[in-house]
Amino acid sequence: MSYGMRSFLPKSDAMKILLLAVLIMVVFPLSMDIFRLNLVGKYLSYAFVALGLVLCWGYGGILSLGQGVFFGLGGYCMAMFLKLEASTPEATAIQSTPGIPDFMDWNQLTALPWFWEPFHSLSFTVAAIIIVPVIFAFIISVAMFKRRVGGVYFAIITQAIAAILTILIIGQQGYTGGVNGITDLRTLKGWDIRTDEAKYILYFFCCIMLIGCLFVAQYVRKSKLGRLLVAMRDKEDRVRFSGYDVSNFKIFVFCLAAAFSAIGGAMFTLQVGFMSPTFVGIVPSIEMVIFCAVGGRLSIFGAIYGTLVVNWAKTTFSESFPELWLFGLGALFIGVVLAFPQGLAGLYTTWIEPRLSQWFKSLRSARPPMPSTTADSRS
Amino acid sequence: MNAIQQDFVLAVEGLTVSFDGFKAVNDLSFYVDENEIRVIIGPNGAGKTTVLDLICGRTKATDGTIKFRGKELTKMKEHQIVHAGVGRKFQNPSIYEDLTVFENLEISFPRGRNVFGALMFKRDKEVVDKVEEIADLIFLKDDLNKQAALLSHGQKQWLEIGMLLIQDPQLLMLDEPVAGMSVAERKQTAELLNKITQGRSVIVIEHDMQFVADIAKRVTVLHQGKVLSEGSMERVQNDPKVKEVYLGH
Repeated sequence: MSYGMRSFLPKSDAMKILLLAVLIMVVFPLSMDIFRLNLVGKYLSYAFVALGLVLCWGYGGILSLGQGVFFGLGGYCMAMFLKLEASTPEATAIQSTPGIPDFMDWNQLTALPWFWEPFHSLSFTVAAIIIVPVIFAFIISVAMFKRRVGGVYFAIITQAIAAILTILIIGQQGYTGGVNGITDLRTLKGWDIRTDEAKYILYFFCCIMLIGCLFVAQYVRKSKLGRLLVAMRDKEDRVRFSGYDVSNFKIFVFCLAAAFSAIGGAMFTLQVGFMSPTFVGIVPSIEMVIFCAVGGRLSIFGAIYGTLVVNWAKTTFSESFPELWLFGLGALFIGVVLAFPQGLAGLYTTWIEPRLSQWFKSLRSARPPMPSTTADSRS
Repeated sequence: MNAIQQDFVLAVEGLTVSFDGFKAVNDLSFYVDENEIRVIIGPNGAGKTTVLDLICGRTKATDGTIKFRGKELTKMKEHQIVHAGVGRKFQNPSIYEDLTVFENLEISFPRGRNVFGALMFKRDKEVVDKVEEIADLIFLKDDLNKQAALLSHGQKQWLEIGMLLIQDPQLLMLDEPVAGMSVAERKQTAELLNKITQGRSVIVIEHDMQFVADIAKRVTVLHQGKVLSEGSMERVQNDPKVKEVYLGH
């Protein structure tokens, strides 16, 4: 019977990944100028966060309102490396202490703080982009889930952490660049990241990373761990009394979502050229949840489209009606929760997919029918 | 003393739990033998479900010991108790509604129970065969690809029993397995229980006296967190203390 064998990448999902790859790597670059494409690249860096939220919130039922924390940590790690490279003694000769980032000089620091030192190394930075946020997520999730804190309480605590980290970054201006963030980033190992050509390359790099993360997410959700997450969301006690240490699975998925977010943050820094506390706090964290909800919190593909659509709307509307945008975003969220709880992906599976499959069937009517995969219509 | 204890699968001694001063279970002791079917009955609020909660680790005991094959359960975590060989069915059917019947059973299959194991878990022939075998036993062989939410109430109860069976526990605890079932389903369930209790010990909580009479060899009557009477169904039914508790007030 069909449940005997099931690959981690059914044909329909492979098609969806291919379609997405063609859209972001062929259609967008051919149809947009570099300014717009760079904006899409920025949106795609948020899509990493939405992708993590699908696994963590959609599958595992763990609502985190603090994903900006991990996005920010990843982004700051990247920015610290780029800032150090931009702060050579020659380039900062006019400072009272040359060779340290400009904002440190303005804040009367006379030496590079110890935790900035390792960020001279690119390989350390690449490792830190993942490891620092994951360790932080691990500490939070062990402290919460081992004590069985969950649901609304967990959401509130993650939100509080986002607020605390923002305040900390803004307060420690000399070490972090304060409210302005880390700006004026120029080169990566001597390669100027501000040119149009560099922006194209970074955009494609971001797309490849996103598709890589998509494959990881696909593997996880198709593994038994993915089904366990769904089971835990529904009947946590039943999973526990089937011999699983439920908290370990929650810790894993929360750390994985943090790792995705952190990669997104690093991509953001590279493409946008700065990192600031505006992307760490409560508002961006909630916005990221909305991207995921609009796209469909049970669909890894929907989350990416949702991010693109909401951000496109945000850019379009806030160019014409800047005051109205936040109301629009709120209305969108309420609308999604009330009317389409499965988001765009839900609309796709109820309206478009049945018609598509009917159309395919009529095309193939001469050939023998394909084995059905109804058990997995959710994606 | 120790040698005697080894003979029991489960030895509960002096078990007490108090919720804000209210003693839901009060100095309770009872013993379950190898391959025994023990039925626990008692009026509402007697502490029956609490006893199961205590054994499976859902509630922590205030005092007393629970020894399962010589292992002290009161100090263990829930999943460790399951690994030791204790399975528990909840009062309301507790199944994963979003998953298929097959997936529900597969999750309970005792392999790949840590994070890494779950990521690497392969649905091989051993798993499929075992799931099919259990599905056959619980009358759900034709519904393996059905979403569990679409099952009837009775089928959900069976599914949860199946999820326990696939773990092959040495002690099986069932909390009101026939509650809300039709007469035909009750009969089928009694038949099922008689089949699956071979080679393991079972504790059942039940209100339905006909059903109790069908399956029980020994009955423990709880009242206000204490053992009121214990013995064969006949003896318990004729015990004046039991009559008073059930009918007297």
